[in-house]
Parts: sequence; structure tokens; C-alpha cells
Amino acid sequence: MARDVLVIADLRGQDLRNVTLEALGGALRVAEGGRVAALAIGHGLEKAAAALFAHGATEVWLADQEALSHYQPDLYLAATEAAIAEVRPALVLLAHSAIGRDLGPMIAAAHGAGQASDVIAVDLQDGEVVYTRPIYAGKAFTRVKVKGELAVATVRPNNLPMPESGTATGEARALAFAAPSDLRTTLREVVRKTASGVDLTEAKIIVSGGRGVKSAEGFVPLRELADVLGAALGASRGACDAGYCDYAMQVGQTGKVVTPDLYIACGISGAIQHLAGMSNSKVIVAINKDPEAPIFKVADYGIVGDLFEIVPALTAELRAFLG
Amino acid sequence: MNILVCLKQTFDTETKIALQDGSIKEDGVQYVMNPYDEYAVEEAIAIKESGEATVTILTIGPARVEEAVRTALAMGADEAVIVDDPAAFGDEYTAAAVLAAVAKERPYDLILAGNQAVDDGSGQVAIRMAELLGIPHIGVVTKLTVLGNQVTAERDAEGDLEIVSAALPVLVTAQQGLNEPRYPSLIGIRKASKKPLTKLTLAELGLTPDAVAPRAQVTETFLPPAKGAGRVLQGETVLRVSELVRELRQTSKVL
Repeated sequence: MARDVLVIADLRGQDLRNVTLEALGGALRVAEGGRVAALAIGHGLEKAAAALFAHGATEVWLADQEALSHYQPDLYLAATEAAIAEVRPALVLLAHSAIGRDLGPMIAAAHGAGQASDVIAVDLQDGEVVYTRPIYAGKAFTRVKVKGELAVATVRPNNLPMPESGTATGEARALAFAAPSDLRTTLREVVRKTASGVDLTEAKIIVSGGRGVKSAEGFVPLRELADVLGAALGASRGACDAGYCDYAMQVGQTGKVVTPDLYIACGISGAIQHLAGMSNSKVIVAINKDPEAPIFKVADYGIVGDLFEIVPALTAELRAFLG
Repeated sequence: MNILVCLKQTFDTETKIALQDGSIKEDGVQYVMNPYDEYAVEEAIAIKESGEATVTILTIGPARVEEAVRTALAMGADEAVIVDDPAAFGDEYTAAAVLAAVAKERPYDLILAGNQAVDDGSGQVAIRMAELLGIPHIGVVTKLTVLGNQVTAERDAEGDLEIVSAALPVLVTAQQGLNEPRYPSLIGIRKASKKPLTKLTLAELGLTPDAVAPRAQVTETFLPPAKGAGRVLQGETVLRVSELVRELRQTSKVL
């Protein structure tokens, strides 16, 4: 049975994030001939609209205003509600990102709807949509069905198949919506903290440090390795608790759960709560002095040794390859 | 000021997860207060200590959750409400409806909760609750200042930091880094056993099981496939490193 799906685009500035294209992939899989609408909220959205059409959106709605440049719950909810009224979808898909994690439950509550959060797969089973999602940070998984006229789901980056970019184009439609005049929260300031610009949850490669890094300066060789690979920098709780790095970098059950193509764990012993956050990575490399460290049990490749010797050697080797 | 703190009891994060008859095995599991909720409890108590506030803990769950509630009371919360009713143990839709019903029955200025629980990891309940109560929320907060009627918060937005303000009443969800939760003192533990703890059923909240029936239904629970043992590379550093790069390029094809 055909069902209409609305994908809420996730943008970084004016650029679509890959997770939005992956959500489109999920939408195309379950629409069964229904419309796959996309809504982009922000400012200066022409490029995003073109990418949404090229990746299979059958209609694109734009809420394009300077006031929408940054996420604000009341404004984004009003825009989303206007799009839902236009599209009347059976399913709203968002990214499980800073925006989607905040906006998704607001939409679900507004409609008394069920929500599947952080889904890693969207499939059809006997004509119904089934969501696969991690619990206990990936120590186990569940399949979930959502009852009711509207379902909401947030999609984890790097997991759903991204549709091929085609030649499709279209005329995006401006979304008419009444922005609430008195916002209940005021965004005072946005401070950019990530210098590299590679987001941990969306990174294809992550270089991560643990207590073995020994100090804030100890992250320097890891950062050099990350730079060569175009990777994001992560950390274990041990490293964060010891004050070597910011909690925003923490990977684990308390922290971010990540599923990159390549995870390089340096000086991380592999506590269960850390493994929960990264063991579903495609390929894991462990570098640790202790051959008995539990991280080696989940690693595809292990190197027993001093990370301050191994990591710079690895960086040099990669530099020779990757330039 | 009246502060409500929503709390969930969860498995300890060092727990190994196993299945029993297709569901998560709970026998012998060590339960703790959801770590993100600990930050919420600590923040509430810190606000109470810097001025004047009453801190009430709200939770849903069977008899075992009393232990987590007592911990929060021992840390310094004043009283607690537990909704102990199987019809209240549903999905995020259910939990939010039940907690909002509890909140509506009492005065509040500030509601605090963890930004997600380490078991289901959905991060829905608190935000849904704010919507049901018709109050604003500020999510994933790492610093909170309450000055008179005004709340200013720093929130973690994927590495960026946003500074957001709102007027009370407001709901705030706690992120790691907000504070350093205290351990309950012996005196705190002794006092906790005498603090008021109310147990409620859905009927006592004026709710019917139908009204809060879950929207999401779990059809299957499974464990990830066991990973085969990997290879530990041998030899001189230079050799091991070049073999690793070759493997990553040619065998795993991730570079």
C-alpha cells in the first residue's frame, strides 16, 4: 500500500548532510509508490533543493528565511507542522542529529504519535514499516512497529543506503507558514567548537583516544592522524573524566554512539560501556600496550605497542599513500 | 521554587546484555539511576542549595525503582512520586503522558531530566512531556544558570555550543559535563528513608490504560552478530604499520 513520506532535511549551513540523503533512501524504500516529500528549513536553500530532487524526492518544500538559519524549536516546529498539513504524510523521517533529536519528539507529541529513534534500518514486513534500532547503545537491537495515522522516526547517520544521485530536477515550492511571533526560547549565541568540521556521529573515520593518551597534549599525534585521514577525533570516558578532552568527544553508552567505516582506538582498554558505543563500526583497529586489553576482542586489526610510537608511524605511512 | 526531576532506573552501563525467551534478560542485573538523570538530580540539588527550592523526583516503574529514588533522596531531593502500575510501563508516548499527568497535579517552575536514558536511548520522553505541558524546553544542556525568572543554558549541538534562554517554567535536559553528581552522604542516606514517597496508579492520576497505550510495539529483540577474532599484527613497527595500511586499503577497503 502506497504511503506518503516526509523527510525533514538536516543542514549544516547551506549544505545537506549525508544523513538526509540516507533518510530519502529509507523513504523511497517504504513509500511503495507514495510521494516522497522533503522539507528544507534554513536560509539559502537552492543547492539543497537540487540535491533533494537529484536523490529521489518527488516534491521539495522550502522554509527559507534568515530567521531560520539556526535551529530554534518553536520556529522549526511551526514550519514542520505547515509541511505536514500540506503533505499529510504517514511517516516523518528526520536525522538523529542535534536538530532531529529535538524536533522529532515535539512532532510526535503534537500528533500523539509513536516515534522510533535512532533507527539503523527501515524495512517493509507484511506491508508494514518496521524500524530496526539499537538499545543499550548497540549491545542489542529491536525491531519496532509504530501504530497510528502518523509515525515519526529519526535516522542514525551512516546506516541507511544512500540513493544514487540522478538527473531528476524539479521546482521547489515555498512553504507558507505563520512563524510564531513570541518564541518561548531565545537563541543568544552559537559558539563553533569543532575546528575540523567533521562531526563525530557522521564521520566515516574516527580516531579515538583513551587513558593511554595520558594528557591533553597526548591527543596531538592522534589529531595529526585524524587530519591525514579526514577523520573526526573521539575519546573514551576515561580520557574525558581525566580532563584530557571535551565531553563532546566522548564515545560510549554515556556519550555518542558511532558506526563509522573505520574506528582507530588508541590507548583505549575497551570498557563495556565504550565498546557499546563503537563496536558496530565496520572495521576496528586497536593500538594498545596491554595485549590483554578487551578492545582487542572487538578489533579487526590489533597492534600491541606504545601508541606514541605506533600512531606517528601510521600517520607517516598514510601520508605517503594519501599525500 | 519548585523543581521536578524525572528519573529512570536503568541497567548499570557495565552490564553485559543477554537474551532470555526473546527478551532482554533482567535476572541478576545491577540497576542504577540513569547516568544522565544523575546530572539532573545534582543540578536540582545545587539550585536548592544556592537559594530556596523543593526538589521532587518523578519516576515510573515497579518496586525495584525505589532504590534509585532513595539514592536521589539521599543526594538531597525532598520527596518522590513513583507511578507503579503495569499499564504505565509502555513506550515513550506512555511515559510522557504519565509524567505530564503527575506534573499537572503539582506546582513546578523548573523540570529537569536526563537528555536520554542509557537503555532505550530514545531521548523522547522529556521533550514530549514539555510539549504536553505546553512549556518550552532546552535540550542537551551542559551549563545552567537560573536568575530570578530567567533561565540561561549552554547546550551541546553536535560539537557547537548554543546559548539559549527562556523564562520559567521550562524543562531542561541534562548532558554529561553539566556537573559532577555527588555521592549520597551517610546522613543523607539516613534522612532519605524518612522522606515522603508517594506511589500512584494510573487510576489515581485520572488516566485510563487506553489513553496511554503505547504507540510503538517491539516485535523482535536480538543481539548483534558476534565478531570473529581479529588479527594482531606482528613484527617491527614500520612493518606492522605498512601491513595495516595495506589491509585497510586492499582487504577492508575503508581507505
